[in-house]
Amino acid sequence: MRPQPSRMWVYLTPLMAVVITMIAGGVLFAALGKDPIEAIATIFWEPLFGEFAFYYRPQLLVKAAPLVLIAIGLSLGFRAGIWNIGAEGQYILGAICGAGVALAAYPSQSALIFPAMIVAGAFGGWAWGMIPALLRVKFGTNEILVSLMLVYVAEQLLAAMSLGLMRNPEGHGFPGSRNLQHYEAAHNADLITGSGLHWGVAAALIAVIFAYILLNRHILGYHIRLTGQAPRAARFAGVRPNRLILFCLGISGALAGLAGMFEVAGPSGQVSIDFNVGYGFTAIIVAFLGRLHPVGIMLAGLLMALTYIGGEIAQSNLQLPAAAIQLFQGMLLFFLLAVDVLVQFRLRLKRTEVA
Amino acid sequence: MDLSSINPILLLASLMVAATPILLAGLGELVVERAGVLNLGVEGMMITGAICGFAIAVETGSPVAGFIGAALGGALLSLLFAGLTQFALANQVASGLALTLFGLGLSALLGQSYVGIRPPPTAKLDIPLLGDIPVLGRIVFAHDWMVYFGLILTLAVWALLKLTRAGLILRAVGENHDAAHALGYKVVRVRVMAILFGGACAGMGGAYISLVRVPQWTEGMTAGAGWIALALVVFASWKAGRVLLGAYLFGGVTVLQLNLQAAGVDIPVEYLSMSPYLITILVLVILSADRSRAPGSLGRIFHASS
Amino acid sequence: MKFTRLLTGAVLALGLAGTAIAEEKTKVGFIYVGPIGDGGYTYEHNQGRLAVEEHFGDKVETIYQESVPEGADAERAITQMALSGADIIFTTSFGFMDSTVNVAAKFPDVKFEHATGYKRADNLATYSARFYEGRSVLGVLAGRLTKTNKIGYIGSFPIPEVIRGINAAYIQAKRVNPDIEFNIIWAYTWFDPAKEADAATALIEQGNDVILQHTDSTAPSAAAKTKGDIITFGQASDMAEYKPAPRVSSIIDNWGPYYIERVGAVMDGTWESQDTWAGIDDGMVVIGEITDRVPAEVKEEALALRDAIASGEQHPFTGPLNKQDGSVWLEEGQHADDDTLLGMNFYVEGIKGTIPQ
Repeated sequence: MRPQPSRMWVYLTPLMAVVITMIAGGVLFAALGKDPIEAIATIFWEPLFGEFAFYYRPQLLVKAAPLVLIAIGLSLGFRAGIWNIGAEGQYILGAICGAGVALAAYPSQSALIFPAMIVAGAFGGWAWGMIPALLRVKFGTNEILVSLMLVYVAEQLLAAMSLGLMRNPEGHGFPGSRNLQHYEAAHNADLITGSGLHWGVAAALIAVIFAYILLNRHILGYHIRLTGQAPRAARFAGVRPNRLILFCLGISGALAGLAGMFEVAGPSGQVSIDFNVGYGFTAIIVAFLGRLHPVGIMLAGLLMALTYIGGEIAQSNLQLPAAAIQLFQGMLLFFLLAVDVLVQFRLRLKRTEVA
Repeated sequence: MDLSSINPILLLASLMVAATPILLAGLGELVVERAGVLNLGVEGMMITGAICGFAIAVETGSPVAGFIGAALGGALLSLLFAGLTQFALANQVASGLALTLFGLGLSALLGQSYVGIRPPPTAKLDIPLLGDIPVLGRIVFAHDWMVYFGLILTLAVWALLKLTRAGLILRAVGENHDAAHALGYKVVRVRVMAILFGGACAGMGGAYISLVRVPQWTEGMTAGAGWIALALVVFASWKAGRVLLGAYLFGGVTVLQLNLQAAGVDIPVEYLSMSPYLITILVLVILSADRSRAPGSLGRIFHASS
Repeated sequence: MKFTRLLTGAVLALGLAGTAIAEEKTKVGFIYVGPIGDGGYTYEHNQGRLAVEEHFGDKVETIYQESVPEGADAERAITQMALSGADIIFTTSFGFMDSTVNVAAKFPDVKFEHATGYKRADNLATYSARFYEGRSVLGVLAGRLTKTNKIGYIGSFPIPEVIRGINAAYIQAKRVNPDIEFNIIWAYTWFDPAKEADAATALIEQGNDVILQHTDSTAPSAAAKTKGDIITFGQASDMAEYKPAPRVSSIIDNWGPYYIERVGAVMDGTWESQDTWAGIDDGMVVIGEITDRVPAEVKEEALALRDAIASGEQHPFTGPLNKQDGSVWLEEGQHADDDTLLGMNFYVEGIKGTIPQ
């Protein structure tokens, strides 16, 4: 009986946050001289049920897939108290390695290229994630900070690659690699044309299912949860913390790398200086909004994607400044994080009752 | 290649200017992290400070008022973070990232009518006589007053943490909030004050970019300085003196590479730009083998009932 | 390709519906890479948009989206504009090239114009400005005005567009003042005010008293203002707030006339895909007011060159010219062809340093 009410709150609070954001956002848009109801409707309604929803719905998947894929990997570590906040860097490395395989094989049309890119992409992200993992295990170095530092290193590497090694020889000297969309063997195309369902979306779905099973049905998932909740008890239960660190940072790195690889081979198409647009950081927010639960992450990823796409439509149709949309997203995140307090209070009240 | 064209005295002087924004923001974040809170929203607070400072300086004609306004603006924004993390007990990493997003949007909106305006100049602290001392005079005594403010603040933060009872409490809260709580210290109150201080410092750091270093307002003008400030705190292993050293090093790498380029030296810019971060990681590794490491409660949520 | 037809069908349906309601208002879309408040590149494109609105009044409706990232996001932004019934869409950055090509293929009835790219289709035109013509004029001013004979140049990325500008400015500066040298800094960014200001400071402190820039913010001028008697130039926009000095002149991207012409062509039904590379004579590149800081005879000399380039009398790249390694590039009287200019990846003779690869 007891879990019921707080469960309800867990589901109810995000909705509350969205409603509060709509009100606060409406005030903001009204202050900017726009019709608040129209603006809110454009952001939340238009991409899902508007006139051109047949185009935007697939785009939601395209936008949400990398967020979900990365966030799932991060959530495993976050649950165990292992903080990888360098997913952006792992994402970049995955893209560089995956694209590197394709560009090296160009113009071969071998069927092995795409699978090799997937392996390379996952490996690139994994290897980048293993740096903080090994430093943590060997020297006890704080993984939050090392993984963050490595994002900047990765960004510089990306610039070096776009301007040097991977620069398109037929690109009139402009920075950026060949477009993999025009290289059939390497192109991560829609599985069904126009559906937005590319391999990255499939991978994200698989990751959600995999993470759900891992956390609920597998001993490793139990270890992860136990380590996060009671590190000392976990030791008694036979958890080897170092192996857990290697696993969590490795898997989150590999998933971020995969996300980068699917992005570079599909929607983005090329390695360029501005290839990364912050998915790695946004995914951290997504992981928390989803309360570190695989299904929650999936929903949170879709919600983030909705605000991005709806925000773009509002910009274009209503001429809202980009900054207003950014502010609106920031508000949504604040409120979503803030309503957690309600769940927490409930839990605590419940606990006191039990005691 | 003509290295003789690089004037080491001027180089040092411009290095001090380049280092000041990250020094200010880094000192603020240092205090925040010493209190056991990780606020990743430095970039958001800096850019908010940049526009608040700029707008107020333009409206009042006084750069001093501008810097005060920037500190208030940054602190006000950080209050959001404090509310989320200290009262709503939200995760600090996520809240900090959200703060950056919010700050970038807010600053761009506030700044819309300030594009293409020149701010009032910030006074140079031309100390008569001292400024005329050869070599030393130009390096040490011919800057705007904010540069000195940064140096004084470094000293003040060092003294606060090292010598005062308040500093002791702050560190105790950061090392082990449960023990500090048991001793009767107000963990949340200490942390909120630290966060506000961090916001104020970041705001002034941002205003230094928009009022002195560039000086003008453009959207997104901090361009990642807030993230460098975060790296700086780690590099400094949470010690105020080393933040100063680190700020000069981080600022120095950029200024030096630009100077080397101007002197015609062929250098691989991308790879050189990585070096501060790689050095920071190296420092982290060395430190973690050493005794001095991150504050024990860094990033962990505290609530009194536990 | 069922999806394509679906999209097109939707657009046609909307187009018809829209016609009935809006009485043939032509809808013009713009995709910007930066914020419209950047004071430089995007700001000028937005001025062009406003010029279209002013010129056609009620007959047009313009829409824009700012700060659009390259890649998938750009493709969605462009598609969205096409879906919402835009008749012509200008995508204003090189990085949008492939996205524009993709969307153009899906919407054969919508006209697309991509700035600075090289891929075209029946409904996709390209346009760019010969900024190097303007840089020649600035080269004259730079060569005449420097007292230290050291001219600093802040480049963004080592790409043909920027290298072309460096060469054009150098050739003229060297012609009017054989003693000058160019000191080039690659900032590796289009827009980072603090870094650009630092770069300008570094150049100034090493004795460069004239600063040319090919990055987008006004920061170098702002930095120079505090550093004494330094000469700078506006880039992309006029940067008039730094008149009369340090900013003594500027190259302005003047997109308005082109946008008006092309939107007009859509209205008349005369729009055709083409490749425009326009310069001073078409008014796409404008030399901003030369201030009184410049001696009258130097001003005259610069304006004379501007007029000579506009009339076609003089080509900014006229032989004899050697490449940096001393090999012959252009014979006496020969002009550089557009292909070489578009892919320019070498310095002309006399410039020191190597282009980073």
